[in-house]
Amino acid sequence: MIVMEPVLEPSVPGEILLRASNLRAEYEAASGGIVAVDDVSLSIRDGEVLGVAGESGCGKSTLGAVLSLTARPPLYVLGGELEIAGRKLSFDPDHAPPRLWRGSVVSLLPQGAMNSISPTIRIGDFAVDIIRAHEPGVSRKEAIDRAAERLEQLGLPARALSSYPHQLSGGMKQRVVTVLSTLLNPRLLIADEPTSALDVSTQKVMIELLIELLDRRLVGSVIFVTHDLPVLRMIAHRIAIMYAGRIAEIGETEEIINRARHPYTGALLASVLVPEPQIRRRRITGISGAPPSLADPPPGCRFHPRCNLATDVCRTTQPPQVGDWHQYAACWWAQDHQGEAVVSYL
Amino acid sequence: MKLSRFTSRFYVALGIVFLVAFFGTLGPLLFTGKDLTTVVGGLYDAPSGKAWLGTDNLGHDVFTYLMYGTRSSLIVGVISGLIATFIGVVVGTVAGYVGGAVEETLMAATNIMLAIPQIVVLVLISVALDSRSVTSVAIVIAVTSWPWTARAVRAQASSVRTREHLDIARLSGANTVSIIVFDVLPYMLSYVVMVFVLQISIAILSEAALSLLGLGPSEGTSLGLMLHWALAWESVRNSAWWAFVPPTIMLTMVAFGFLLLQSSLDEVFNPRLRRDSGRKRRKRIASARTAAEAAEAATTSGSGA
Amino acid sequence: MNENMNKPNDDDIVFAASGLTKTFGRSEKAIRAVDDVSFAMRRGEIITVVGESGSGKSTLARMILRLLPITSGTMALNGTDVTRLRGRGLQEYWRQVQAVFQDPFSAFNQFFSVRRLLHRSGKLLRHADVDLDSRMRAALEQVGMHPAEVLDKYPHELSGGQRQRIMIARALMMEPKLLIADEATSMLDASLRATILNVLFDLRADADLSVLFITHDIGQACYLSDRVLVMQHGKLVENGPTEDVIFNPKHDYTQRLLADVPRLHDVG
Ligand SMILES: Nc1ncnc2c1ncn2[C@@H]1O[C@H](COP(=O)(O)OP(=O)(O)OP(=O)(O)O)[C@@H](O)[C@H]1O
Ligand code: SF4
Ligand SMILES: [Mg+2]
Repeated sequence: MIVMEPVLEPSVPGEILLRASNLRAEYEAASGGIVAVDDVSLSIRDGEVLGVAGESGCGKSTLGAVLSLTARPPLYVLGGELEIAGRKLSFDPDHAPPRLWRGSVVSLLPQGAMNSISPTIRIGDFAVDIIRAHEPGVSRKEAIDRAAERLEQLGLPARALSSYPHQLSGGMKQRVVTVLSTLLNPRLLIADEPTSALDVSTQKVMIELLIELLDRRLVGSVIFVTHDLPVLRMIAHRIAIMYAGRIAEIGETEEIINRARHPYTGALLASVLVPEPQIRRRRITGISGAPPSLADPPPGCRFHPRCNLATDVCRTTQPPQVGDWHQYAACWWAQDHQGEAVVSYL
Repeated sequence: MKLSRFTSRFYVALGIVFLVAFFGTLGPLLFTGKDLTTVVGGLYDAPSGKAWLGTDNLGHDVFTYLMYGTRSSLIVGVISGLIATFIGVVVGTVAGYVGGAVEETLMAATNIMLAIPQIVVLVLISVALDSRSVTSVAIVIAVTSWPWTARAVRAQASSVRTREHLDIARLSGANTVSIIVFDVLPYMLSYVVMVFVLQISIAILSEAALSLLGLGPSEGTSLGLMLHWALAWESVRNSAWWAFVPPTIMLTMVAFGFLLLQSSLDEVFNPRLRRDSGRKRRKRIASARTAAEAAEAATTSGSGA
Repeated sequence: MNENMNKPNDDDIVFAASGLTKTFGRSEKAIRAVDDVSFAMRRGEIITVVGESGSGKSTLARMILRLLPITSGTMALNGTDVTRLRGRGLQEYWRQVQAVFQDPFSAFNQFFSVRRLLHRSGKLLRHADVDLDSRMRAALEQVGMHPAEVLDKYPHELSGGQRQRIMIARALMMEPKLLIADEATSMLDASLRATILNVLFDLRADADLSVLFITHDIGQACYLSDRVLVMQHGKLVENGPTEDVIFNPKHDYTQRLLADVPRLHDVG
């Protein structure tokens, strides 16, 4: 099912920056392939923040790796097309993913990045590496100066560059690493769980930093991967909900949060814990059962073994994408109940 | 580890080391007929069909001596390298992992050892020994060359110590030895391999220095001893270059081979340092690589591959 | 606050800490990471400690777990002083007090398979006549994982959330009396988080498990806990039943923490 013929070209916030169609990526494992991204298509406009949420293991990080062209064995991109800023490339199972434009066009801030800088190097060395990977001729001093300037521009202390990672607090480390990984002004920043390890106050500061990077046009657009829906509400224009390697629903943030149309989105929202009196009185069950093994996903709708609204057709036939490229739900129920929100049915 | 990560420097280094090792170990088996006691001519006979590299001051065949000398140097290097690496890694890991007073004591001892010039200690111990076999020379060298390893390993171990998996191991009731062996050392394995290779080349050079001073093995020969006798019997003034040039070249090859191996292993384990191949690749894909890759490279260098 | 909570002769008290203090560094430059913290936990009680990063929550957890030396103060498990346990005694302590940490990336030894990780912890149970294998499987199922699928995997083959569930299974496998969960669920998605919190919730009823739940997420504190302790700069600034602390915070700091919580729907 291909949805990539845009029914409606967007005008706000900007032009389409990235258009990915029919991405498929597989982990090669001894026991067989695990297709962690399966036929995923999405588009992002310039200046947009797209949130990607979903249960653990649904392929969010894998999608990030594919989009940032950092997929490496045992992860293989089996197929699909990617168009970024007007340049097109298609993935081919026989060739390693092309390495064009990495860093300056797309930059990935990996999950756990702030704790993966070697404890024995200074933050400044990390900045030098990033700049030199792109411009090998740059002197150390110049690279450090550029990093320092960028940090100060964003109100972060330049002396962080001469610290070792463990000398910075978690929040500071995450912000510095984020700024450094955008030193090359990427058109698209893919941030994988950038706030999950931070406390609420630091999360807020981190999100303000991302917004500032966008406002100053230091990054074009952001894909913000997280499992934390309330955080997405603070920053994302649109949210994509992934389930078992596919996009279950995608849409404007407020639509997703208030009028979700996919039963899975509805169930996820119902499990969010907020400090309000009503959650103390009732048991939040989460979604019963576990996500399917990606080595052998169920036929039809992948969510059907856990879905309260499943019907016979769900068990056999893959659901259609109801809506347009910009906002749709892949669900039979949504097909039959156009324009209705799922919440009241769960 | 995939082969693609090895650089051409690595293969050159490996080639040199293999060549030398082949010469020292299999050489005496292939070119039989002479041994260290065979006298083939007089004082400093020039190279000929009978003695490819001429004879030394006592009329021995220099080529034969070169093979046996290389062998002893390698033996000294490996034995001493093993012992020094072992002591250094044990001291460094225990200090880095246990910390506190243990760390302070061990590091104080290490620093004292580092402060005394190695050659002085070497000379003193060597003089004190009556007879010096190749093995005892190796041990003497090992005893004086572990401290810098201990210091470097301690730094690595204390960075591994901050990982949460050590807490999990302790909560599982694992004892200190098991934690060091299974949880700390594997993370430093690549580093320990490099240290070992470097220790070998240091030991080979130290043996040569001791032998030059006449404190080398008192039986058999070694590259250093060959140089010692060549100098003592004025081969230079006699223009008998064959007495001192071959051992010098061999010594340079051995030491250089291991040093090169060490630094190319460093590149393999720590892609941040990659030179020629890295530069070539960067040119080809000038605008490639992301911050992610750099971050990953940095990780590899820290936590070990 | 319940007055008799701190009385040592209360039979129901599983764990009591009094005046726990930890200083790092020496003399003038010393930092008091945990400063005179006292509290008591009853059997089956779930207590949440909230506070920003750097407020000393994790240091407190590591002291209780006896992973860090205690500068001063005492703590007792079931009335027995455990402040200075060593050797056998400490191993016995760890059979009853287990933990799950925050970062599923650094909590794994990357050279160990899941099976080996669990087996290693299982050694603590060797004297207690148990079938380790079935315990392992049961614990994995409790956190929603298929044992056959994950037992032979290495950490790099698992996603962040999967790793964290395995760490939780590791702790539950020991059937501890006290579980210290240091930000154990902050890397999980909402649905899984609710599932795991429910597992803890049920274990407290079925197995008398007491949980010290450390988090910066007041939503989770609100859902799960009986009491909330608020920490700032190493000190306890607020300590009381969940309703009082969260819906009627006294301390400025608690109020500020609450204001920063991201919400799904606008409030008030
Ligand atoms: N190197 C690997 N080899 C085999 N399978 C893998 C590998 N890395 C990830 N997987 C599998 O691919 C699936 C998707 O993983 P991914 O890391 O993309 O999940 P995620 O959505 O980011 O989860 P989380 O929220 O827990 O980080 C999981 O089922 C995981 O077990
Ligand atoms: S397609 Fe069917 S099973 Fe799938 S989410 Fe929709 S209603 Fe549920
Ligand atoms: Mg992930």
